[in-house]
Amino acid sequence: MNSFNAPLLSIITFLPLVGGLILLVLPNAKLQKWWALAVSVATFAISCLLWVWWQAGEAGMQFVERWLWVPQFQIQYFVGVDGLSLFLVLLTTLLTVLVLLFSWEGIGQRLKAYLFLMLLLEAGMIGVFVALDLVLFYVFWELTLIPMYFLIGGWGDPHGEYKFLGRVMPWRIYAALKFFLYTMAGSALMLVAILVLYFRGGTFDLLELQKLSLAPDLQIWLFVAFGLAFAIKVPLFPFHTWLPDAHVAAPTGGSVILAAVLLKMGTYGFVRFCLPLFPDATRLFTPWIAILAIIGILYAALVALVQRDVKSLVAYSSVAHLGFVMLGIFALNAQGIAAATLQMVNHGLSTGALFLLVGMLYNRRHTRMLADFGGLWKQVPVYGFLFIIVALSSAGLPGLNGFVGEFNILLAAFQANRTFAILGTLGIILAAWYLLWPIRQMLHGPLTRPENATIRDLSVREVLTLAPIVILFFVIGLFPNLFFDKINPSAEAVVQALNAQKPAVSMVIDRMP
Amino acid sequence: MLDYAWLMLLFPALGTLIIAFFGRRLGKGVISWLAPGTVLLSFAVAVSQFATLLGLPAEERHHEVVLWQWMTAGSFSVDLALLIDQLSVTMALVVTGVGFLIHVYSVGYMHDDPRYSRFFAYMNFFILMMLTLVLANNYLLLYVGWEGVGLASYLLIGFWFEKPSAADAGKKAFIVNRVGDFGLALAIMFIWSTVGSLRFADVFANADVLVAAGVIGTVTMLMLLAATGKSAQLPLYVWLPDAMEGPTPVSALIHAATMVTAGVYMTARSAALFDLAPTSAMWVAGIGAATALYAATIALAQTDLKRILAYSTISQLGYMFLAVGVGAYASGIFHLATHAFFKALLFLAAGSVMHALHGELNINKMGNLRAKLPTTYWTYLIGAAALAGIPLLSGFFSKDEILWYAWQKSPVLWAVGLVTAGLTAIYAFRSVFVPFWGQPRDQKLFHHAHESPPAMTVPLIVLAVGAVLAGYIGIPHLSLIEGWLEPVFHAGGAAAEGAKAAYPAAWVEWVLLAVSALVALAGAYFAYTAYVVKTSIPKQVRDSLGWFARLVENKYYVDELYDKVIVNPLRDLANWFAGTVDKAGLDGAVNGIAGIAGWLGGQARRLQTGLVGLYALSILFGAVALVAWLVIR
Repeated sequence: MNSFNAPLLSIITFLPLVGGLILLVLPNAKLQKWWALAVSVATFAISCLLWVWWQAGEAGMQFVERWLWVPQFQIQYFVGVDGLSLFLVLLTTLLTVLVLLFSWEGIGQRLKAYLFLMLLLEAGMIGVFVALDLVLFYVFWELTLIPMYFLIGGWGDPHGEYKFLGRVMPWRIYAALKFFLYTMAGSALMLVAILVLYFRGGTFDLLELQKLSLAPDLQIWLFVAFGLAFAIKVPLFPFHTWLPDAHVAAPTGGSVILAAVLLKMGTYGFVRFCLPLFPDATRLFTPWIAILAIIGILYAALVALVQRDVKSLVAYSSVAHLGFVMLGIFALNAQGIAAATLQMVNHGLSTGALFLLVGMLYNRRHTRMLADFGGLWKQVPVYGFLFIIVALSSAGLPGLNGFVGEFNILLAAFQANRTFAILGTLGIILAAWYLLWPIRQMLHGPLTRPENATIRDLSVREVLTLAPIVILFFVIGLFPNLFFDKINPSAEAVVQALNAQKPAVSMVIDRMP
Repeated sequence: MLDYAWLMLLFPALGTLIIAFFGRRLGKGVISWLAPGTVLLSFAVAVSQFATLLGLPAEERHHEVVLWQWMTAGSFSVDLALLIDQLSVTMALVVTGVGFLIHVYSVGYMHDDPRYSRFFAYMNFFILMMLTLVLANNYLLLYVGWEGVGLASYLLIGFWFEKPSAADAGKKAFIVNRVGDFGLALAIMFIWSTVGSLRFADVFANADVLVAAGVIGTVTMLMLLAATGKSAQLPLYVWLPDAMEGPTPVSALIHAATMVTAGVYMTARSAALFDLAPTSAMWVAGIGAATALYAATIALAQTDLKRILAYSTISQLGYMFLAVGVGAYASGIFHLATHAFFKALLFLAAGSVMHALHGELNINKMGNLRAKLPTTYWTYLIGAAALAGIPLLSGFFSKDEILWYAWQKSPVLWAVGLVTAGLTAIYAFRSVFVPFWGQPRDQKLFHHAHESPPAMTVPLIVLAVGAVLAGYIGIPHLSLIEGWLEPVFHAGGAAAEGAKAAYPAAWVEWVLLAVSALVALAGAYFAYTAYVVKTSIPKQVRDSLGWFARLVENKYYVDELYDKVIVNPLRDLANWFAGTVDKAGLDGAVNGIAGIAGWLGGQARRLQTGLVGLYALSILFGAVALVAWLVIR
């Protein structure tokens, strides 16, 4: 119970922003680091109250705050969380802490700006997950772009050049531009769709708009407008090509946030907006999206397999994993949506941890090429141990978190369409292949290069950065119902909303004979 | 008492955690007690469970322990729960009993390894996962153990990961196993979506629903795929011979007590399903028989002692598949148990040889080792004789029983099994005569050879006793194990009764018994002639076989075939995707669109002339056009 009646969500959303502004006047680097960490820890601690005060069994929005923001256009400041967004908020607040902990060393110049952008980014991401007014949502959605753009462009990989739009630019600038333009192009249409909804429904209130009965052909256009923005963000095959560049070029902290949280804005967007707002269009597009998701799972897995740069391997693995999430969502049943929601968190944890590990190695050796390593496990046993656990979580080893999400997604997809599920299941073979490959190349084998023989094992700070994630692997893997019991009611509500308006056609994807 | 079954899992779990986190601080002394100790405690619990079950009437020997509700997503729900019945307790006894001896042996064998503590953390973990597999009360928890032993074997096969061959072997084991796991995952999906539960009791009670839905054949064939991966049958056996790269106790653990028996166990556990899918059952038997023969021919041509044993394992697992395929589930489990003893014994004895010869495994460099390693020699001899099916040793009884059931199903299966039995006797005794008899072939090796310490030889002796005696729980017509296990496989008892009615006359059974005894003895005698008396015979045989001999010596080129047909094409495809499709195609299109937008922007910029008059004119024309359009419309 929220016994203090505090505006919890506003505090969580704006604490990083206010903290970030205060950070700007702090004099020295040490103070700035501690301040930023303290702000993020406080935000995380407060966000844990959401869990503590959670109303069990409740499908609807909790911790709702609502007041009129722009009265002329009925724009509200309207926030709330349900089982679909709760854990994404917690994921965001936790990973921000860990990323700041990781960034304790190695940022070098312009530390203050880096920390400020991280906190600004946190505020934007939380806002996206709690906003229930479409304009508010859009503001936060676009707000996340700006800090990430600067993080990639300003602190990214200094190597390489690229010719783009007729001029030669550093590769990280290219990656940042591409990330920004691609996402922006996608969301421009979403803004148009939001306006159309407003003119139809007279409100930007998501919960009100859900009650609206839209003509099917209008639904199609609106679905496409929203869906394109989300599909680019996820990214769904074939809209994924910004991702390898952005992930690999970004500084480690940026890659972690990008993979762990920003991509989830896309998948979350589908569940939160596309499914309940446009149920008919959803059913129409479901087979196509499921097919793209499966192509993503298999295609990205194969591409990951032949990467020479371990960071880009992890980036492609993200595309494959997000394919599973999309497959779960578009199974259009409660199990699939619940499992997809959990899998968003799982992917955030395991891929976030993989990027952290790659970053820790990069800080030591200033290379990410698989061929530059080999035999590291002997030199850095703790690192090797953690790398293997994280890789196994990512590969969906039963008993760890990834399995619970992945397997339930496949089971759910199987209820909807057997062929899709069988093809998706092939992905688990490939996942083992592409995740054991970097272990073989980096950790196993003889330690031949002298540069590798002097690197030190993880520091206490680095172990502390990874420890919460690894503990969560086991908690989620063994006690997933701690999460499912909060997710399930909301997932079922989505399915009900989906079926309420047109109960006659329950599922478009045909059952196979 | 049965409610405390989870203690079996708790001890190795604690062992894994304690050794993994504090192993280095604890030191070798503590670990050498702790690691075998946890397994021994599990064994003690298993014995108490066994005793409790024995005290119950047969129909009450089924107890489930729900630990907690594991996951509930949408309408799907499954518990983390254990099943204690005759089959799971039998398996638990084998796993913990043989596993304990292997742990004790490892204390001596791994004594000088710098990663001593890590090794025992893995070993305890292996036992934990295998127990999870056999004690699960539902398919999903079984799947946890199923993949868990895959992971444990990955870690242990690649234990000496500095060696590229070991690292590769570990990776190969995991990935090939994942191919099998794919089958199990799909089988589980079919079962859940048809029956609505993954609990064994529910699934078997509703097996007819699977039949009505027309998926029973699919489910059982997918299970067979899974089992061929884990139990190293055709076509997924390829990981097992490479698994030799791990330390020898690991080979013993993988080959005897854990891992490879999982497929046989799962098939036997799913007896209620295979009974209803006769075609799939026939496939199980066929693959088993084919694998048995196939692997036995390869074993004949290997010169590496551990590889001979590895192919022998594949071949013996083929027998177990043959058994469960013809519906003789109890015989399959019986052979699994006797095999656990004699194969663990053989591997550990081979490890003792290796220990004595500083890692040498080529039998053509050995000779007359019985003079130097008497305990190892005698125990190895007993193991090999049991493997060969020499009468009155354990392997004889269990193998004979399988052949007897195969005969009732199909004389062809029986004949394949019999030929394999002959080959088995030859290669088993070849692996005795060449290294242990004759003259030393490498004087330096021979000179330095020495018997292993008691920590290693005592487990050998215990296992040797087991390899002799284990067969007596299943001697024909007095079989204890069959009566003990049978209720698990045929809950109603009806199927068993039906099968009994059709038994051929008793004299047939005795004739077949005599035939298989003769074949085993003849094989042993041939080996004696060829490898001791007239050592030119093997070369003559080899020359007379020509290309076929080369084919067998190169293991039928199956690894090469897989590389050519599956691995390399997939890599080529992946490279094409990564290079051409992704970079040039998709990303090229995205950048192309951006480029067009940029170009259009560049063109539009020329309109920004700064001439206000031109702008005004444009606005005027625009307004006129707009009004005109509105009017005409």
